[in-house]
Amino acid sequence: MINLAGRDILHSWGKFVFTGVGLGLLIGATLTMAGVYRGMVDDAKVLLSNSGADIWVVQQDTLGPYAEPSSLRDDVYRAIRGMPGVARAANVTYLTMQVKQGGENASASDVRVMVVGFEPGQPGEPGYLVAGRRITRSHYEAVADVRTGFKLGERIRIRRQDYTVVGLTRRMVSSGGDPMVFISLKDAQEAQFLKDNDAIVNERARTAANPGLNRPGVPGLLEAIQASQTTSRSVNAVLVQAQAGLSPEAVAEPIRRWKHLQAYTRAQMEEILVAKLIATSARQIGMFLAILAVVSAAIVAFIIYTMTLGKIREIAVLKLIGTRSSTIAGMILQQALGLGFIGFVVGKISAALWAPFFPKYVLLEPGDALRGFIAVMIICTLASTLAIRAALKVDPATAIGG
Amino acid sequence: MRKRYGAGDTAVDALKDVNMTVAPGEVVGLIGPSGSGKTTLLKCLGAVIEPTAGRMTLGDEVIYDDGWKIDDLKALRRDRIGFVFQAPYLIPFLDVTDNVALLPMLAGRPNAEARRRALALLEALDVGHRARAQPSELSGGEQQRVSIARALANQPPVILADEPTAPLDSERALAVMRILNRMARQYNTAVIIVTHDEKIIPIFKRIYHIRDGVTHEEAGEGREIGD
Ligand SMILES: Nc1ncnc2c1ncn2[C@@H]1O[C@H](COP(=O)(O)OP(=O)(O)OP(=O)(O)O)[C@@H](O)[C@H]1O
Ligand SMILES: [Mg+2]
Repeated sequence: MINLAGRDILHSWGKFVFTGVGLGLLIGATLTMAGVYRGMVDDAKVLLSNSGADIWVVQQDTLGPYAEPSSLRDDVYRAIRGMPGVARAANVTYLTMQVKQGGENASASDVRVMVVGFEPGQPGEPGYLVAGRRITRSHYEAVADVRTGFKLGERIRIRRQDYTVVGLTRRMVSSGGDPMVFISLKDAQEAQFLKDNDAIVNERARTAANPGLNRPGVPGLLEAIQASQTTSRSVNAVLVQAQAGLSPEAVAEPIRRWKHLQAYTRAQMEEILVAKLIATSARQIGMFLAILAVVSAAIVAFIIYTMTLGKIREIAVLKLIGTRSSTIAGMILQQALGLGFIGFVVGKISAALWAPFFPKYVLLEPGDALRGFIAVMIICTLASTLAIRAALKVDPATAIGG
Repeated sequence: MRKRYGAGDTAVDALKDVNMTVAPGEVVGLIGPSGSGKTTLLKCLGAVIEPTAGRMTLGDEVIYDDGWKIDDLKALRRDRIGFVFQAPYLIPFLDVTDNVALLPMLAGRPNAEARRRALALLEALDVGHRARAQPSELSGGEQQRVSIARALANQPPVILADEPTAPLDSERALAVMRILNRMARQYNTAVIIVTHDEKIIPIFKRIYHIRDGVTHEEAGEGREIGD
């Protein structure tokens, strides 16, 4: 027996291929949507892995430092270092902001980044560098993620200071997808908590005007107070590494109990990032996927249906000469599946081609592709039922005519 | 045989009293005015629609006796009845050979054997040289000959043709009749041809006239058209 579906496809392949390509672009968009979600999850995991921490200590009653703001005094880490099971603990700051490319006198385009303040050699420092070197001076050097578009040696402006990019990393983005720029903790604290000059002048004046603080009899008091007001003593989180062999939860528990701080383990952090922070985006994407699936189904159904209606006379002849209904249904089903197959291949290729051009990381997982393929085949099968029903209703007597 | 379309007030008695017998190898004409029931009769004979009452036999076998006596009407149509239509109605996505070979294939024959048989028939009908062409590349007469080859492909005992010469000029119409005559003799097939066509009516040796759903048998001129 010859394959009727295959012959028909070969005969009208132009129509078939064009429809398949159209469907394929739609499927490509669907796969990309799934990839965007996977990319967000993966970014979150990479963010956690690259921080090099087992435990995140943050302000009590917050989901910080990524999902909610968190603020800690910057000497808390010393107390944590003294807790049982803690191998290392270090301050970090996170601040999402616009950074000017090209330094002070920039013509400059702004890049949205997450500025990370870290202590060299401690958890929170950037991982593998793809170019350049680590930060060696204590001020005004930065390591940037390549996605920022910054070049080695380039000057960038963070708040009121210019920094030189000395190293480049990869896959270091915030949970919001903003590439990271690493600077020393001191610089970052200044950038994050520094008030503008007017505010400082204003505050100094107010302090000086307060007779309780400005006492002629106590020299140096006013200066000391003013100095303490302008220096920053806050960080966003303390990253903790547990001693080898200890469960992070066992180390985190006493920190929570004794230090009146929140401590999240890696698993809890992942839960916060994936289930809370990107949950809305995930639902958004899920909604898109549902719509795209319905649209794809409608297109396949419509195309297969019109293609079948265009063959009503041939189908009547086939039935008249004794072709079984199952053969005719099989022919239409195979065409729908063939269309789905072409669409899937085109979709997979186009998604792979355009994924790198997306501003955020798009992770195309083979598992998603497989699930997508199965979904396409199921959708095509369902979509073909309409056409199959129409074909089975064709009266073979119409082939004879009047 | 009788056939009534619909029921109640709108019922149409398309066939009221039909009586006909065709011998193997015989070609008979079925003629009558428009609306007299020719196509209806052909559809009943071809097991495409169900008669209302009557009896129908093929060889020794009872096909219909106030109800179908055969379960698989599709197999009956596929294996034992050949259809030729006014238009050739070839399957556009199959080439000429496969249009003919499709029937033996549907009957379960291996592809190679089905194609061999198709080619032999196409040769016999003088379209062997177009065996690999697409239907759309053939002339009207060639297409009609391919459709006759298709009707013969499973060597059915009966061929039913509904105005097979209507779209053809008299030269080609006669050629088609010649072919059908020859095939009837060669394969011992009973051929029933519905026609309005004045050019071919004199060819039949026997004619059934049908008027208002009632058949009358007549002798035809039986004019020779050569081979
Ligand atoms: N499906 C149907 N339902 C109801 N009535 C029908 C149907 N098909 C045919 N008829 C009626 O049955 C009668 C016979 O029709 P039939 O098609 O057999 O005529 P015919 O002899 O083939 O005519 P023509 O030469 O015009 O093709 C006509 O009155 C027609 O209106
Ligand atoms: Mg008719």
